[in-house]
Amino acid sequence: MTPLPLLSILLTPLIILALATLLTWVERRLLGLWQDRYGPNRVGPGGLFQAVADGIKLLFKQDWIPPFADRGVFVLAPVIGMMTVLMSFAVIPVTALSGIAGNLNVGLLFVLAMMGLGVYAVVLAGWASNSKYALLGGMRAAAQMISYEVFMGISLLGVVMTAGSFSLYDIVTAQTRMWFVIPQCVGLIVFLLAGIAETHRLPFDLPEGENELGAGFHTEYSGMKFGMFFIAEYAGIVLISALVTTLWLGGWQGPVLPGIVWFALKTGAVVVLFILLRAALPRLRYDQLMALGWKVLLPLSLLNVTATGTVLMLRSAG
Amino acid sequence: MTLTATVSAGLTRPDALTGAVSDLCHSPVILASQQERDGVRVLWIAASDLRPALARLKEQGADALMLFDVTAIDERGRLHRNGQPEASFTVVYHLMSLAARADEIRIKVPLTGDAPELPGISDLWPNANWYEREIWDLFGIRFTGHPFLRRILTPPTWTDHPLRKDHHARATEMPPYSLTEDQEQHEQEALHFDPSLWGMKRHSDHSDFMFLNLGPNHPSVHGVFRIILQLEGERIVDAVPDIGFHHRGAEKMGERQSWHTYIPYTDRVDYLGGVMNNFPYVMAVETLAGITVPPRAQMIRVMLAELFRIASHLVFYGTMAQDVGQLSPVFYMFTDRERVFGIIEAICGFRMHPAWFRIGGVAMDLPAGWDGLIRAFLDDLPKRLDEYDAMVMRNPFFRARTKGIGAYTAAEAVEWGVTGPGLRACGPAWDYRRHAPYACYDQLEFDIPTGTNGDCYDRIAVHVEEIRQSLRIIRQCVDNMPAGPVKADHPLTAPPPKARTMQDIETLIHHFLSVSWGPVIPPGEARACVEATKGLNSYTLISDGGTTSWRTRIRTPSFAHLQMIPLLSRGVMIADLIAIIGSIDFVMADVDR
Repeated sequence: MTPLPLLSILLTPLIILALATLLTWVERRLLGLWQDRYGPNRVGPGGLFQAVADGIKLLFKQDWIPPFADRGVFVLAPVIGMMTVLMSFAVIPVTALSGIAGNLNVGLLFVLAMMGLGVYAVVLAGWASNSKYALLGGMRAAAQMISYEVFMGISLLGVVMTAGSFSLYDIVTAQTRMWFVIPQCVGLIVFLLAGIAETHRLPFDLPEGENELGAGFHTEYSGMKFGMFFIAEYAGIVLISALVTTLWLGGWQGPVLPGIVWFALKTGAVVVLFILLRAALPRLRYDQLMALGWKVLLPLSLLNVTATGTVLMLRSAG
Repeated sequence: MTLTATVSAGLTRPDALTGAVSDLCHSPVILASQQERDGVRVLWIAASDLRPALARLKEQGADALMLFDVTAIDERGRLHRNGQPEASFTVVYHLMSLAARADEIRIKVPLTGDAPELPGISDLWPNANWYEREIWDLFGIRFTGHPFLRRILTPPTWTDHPLRKDHHARATEMPPYSLTEDQEQHEQEALHFDPSLWGMKRHSDHSDFMFLNLGPNHPSVHGVFRIILQLEGERIVDAVPDIGFHHRGAEKMGERQSWHTYIPYTDRVDYLGGVMNNFPYVMAVETLAGITVPPRAQMIRVMLAELFRIASHLVFYGTMAQDVGQLSPVFYMFTDRERVFGIIEAICGFRMHPAWFRIGGVAMDLPAGWDGLIRAFLDDLPKRLDEYDAMVMRNPFFRARTKGIGAYTAAEAVEWGVTGPGLRACGPAWDYRRHAPYACYDQLEFDIPTGTNGDCYDRIAVHVEEIRQSLRIIRQCVDNMPAGPVKADHPLTAPPPKARTMQDIETLIHHFLSVSWGPVIPPGEARACVEATKGLNSYTLISDGGTTSWRTRIRTPSFAHLQMIPLLSRGVMIADLIAIIGSIDFVMADVDR
């Protein structure tokens, strides 16, 4: 689909990384605004280059691996985290004309598969660190992400059934008349909550829960290996937001402005929502999070699938 | 929950102690009785009679009798003992009945010899455990029958007992410190936790326990505090708090500093409480010296102390929200605290540790325009508190994390020596400002907020309501500030008046001596207690007729409260423990002193 596939393969990860880095600055400035303080405002215009300065600092830090860690896996874990998030972007249709993998007919399944693999990053990091805090964080991550994966998938089914396709392009084009946010709002809520859990952000940031576990699964990480977890988390937020845009908010579609601008605006709005949640809410406890998942969100998403199916069947029958 | 003042709800038999004490007074076990300047009755009992006597008192005092403090005095070389029984060391048990009026008694046990021993009482009052360990650590007095008589404030490798009079008090009295690699290794190994020492198992029938070191450096332990957790998954099987990392020997310093120059040290005991710490100290010195503080100084003291209560509670409120993962409130509350510090700075010239109280009054009169500053703050804070209620107290996630977590009953609170908001959260409307009014609290109107469940949420709710009550007290102080001097006209106040020093030699000499040596306080013993930010804070001072104290005992609320952590944390998750720690409201400097 794209005119220059190679160029876009090279460019997309760079853009995503730049965006994720920029997002760290956006988040800190927004949190500052909401919390009656400045946030980073010294380096460059409005503190914009703070993100660059942080990146340089992380790059030049000693690349230290704790002597008690399992070296191979310890190094591999952040790479997996980074890779899976970046791979997912391959099928996100930013505009009608872009996307590395083109119109993959199982695009959505591909994204879900990549997210599923992402769990390994956290679990392996917790395990390979060979430290108690990291292990507890890894355990929490395994339980949390695997459970939330289940209804994240189910919450998407409503959209897939309505659009009649797993292809992200087809799902966007199916929203020409009406965004799925209206018929599929239950699915959206479940997906958003699962997405927060998946990117382990407050109020579901238990794998790192700093007040309890220091830094959780990445306690032993420093330098650029920590940086990769960090950036992967922000790239993950962009990914979830981009998915919300694609699946519920009509993707690139919108009047007057070009598609890519609409896509960026919608994704940006969801990202800000993520940050606002972080500014506002306390963290749930491990068992409360699991109870919420299995007792509320799972039945809710199943109900959504049933209701969607019934409506579709009635409509096709009538 | 009701936030109104009811008298001692939950505490029964309000005047039990009086009867029990008069019974005890007439029994033959009493060696002597002593009446001190602070009006607290002191009874001397031989070590062998101690346990039966205390057991009887406890039985008669029912669930309202608190073991308030246990401490010791090194009597060797003391000059003015005024007919007290012969002793080289004395162990003091301070009991307090949480009745309609605070009713107190001190029981002293004379001990002879260089390595004295007496029966422990940690089976009668569980909170005696740490106090007895502290006395063993600092005085080298053994308690037989103690379950774990090991050092608590000094490192496990320590060899001396620092509060003994023959122990040096200054670094200059020691050779230069050096640490060889072997010593370092030895010290580090001593910090290794050995579960078998505590009678803990390493594994249950079906799984191995994980032993997790929470602290001494951990984001949520509020300072240097270590808790060793025995974990099964994320559930806590048992916990062992380890304190002493913040021990600076504040009590020992009291024996070296003059009565006046010790004031700044008190600020740093509960470092969030500022002048609240000066309060009991100067009151105790004034009791010893027989100084009456003028009304204006009293009211300035109360006003500043209440401002510090607000500052401390705001820190508590913000960090509590932070502990359960809410990021923003702490910033708003620290901003408000800055406004409090703005006022404190305008009045005192310092922010956190103004050391503003003086023996006999306060350092200086209020500056011009002080009332406008305070009034603006009084008008503004309630609105912001209402916003915080919506953001924190009514937040469903916050409630889910704090309701029903870390609950204890009023009876347990008394048993463990819990005072302050932690006690009121379980029901009793018991406040030292009301039940034993000091300074000018008897002229001020305020309610005593209480909770019902004694859980984390109620403790926070009580703190929040106390901020509002403090605002009310401060407004009354601003409206009714009396005119007059801010320092007593008394020869023992410090610093001494300077006005006539350049006119006659006699005044000059007195001034010179009083400044260079400090005042000579008449011999005796006095204790003063205040309702501090975190609970009851008291100073017991013994003067041997010198320019320094013979013994300075600081009873802090945080020390007592931390002891409860194992009880509260058994069976909960790590995240709950963090909420419990946050809701206890302690600072480590206040624990270790």
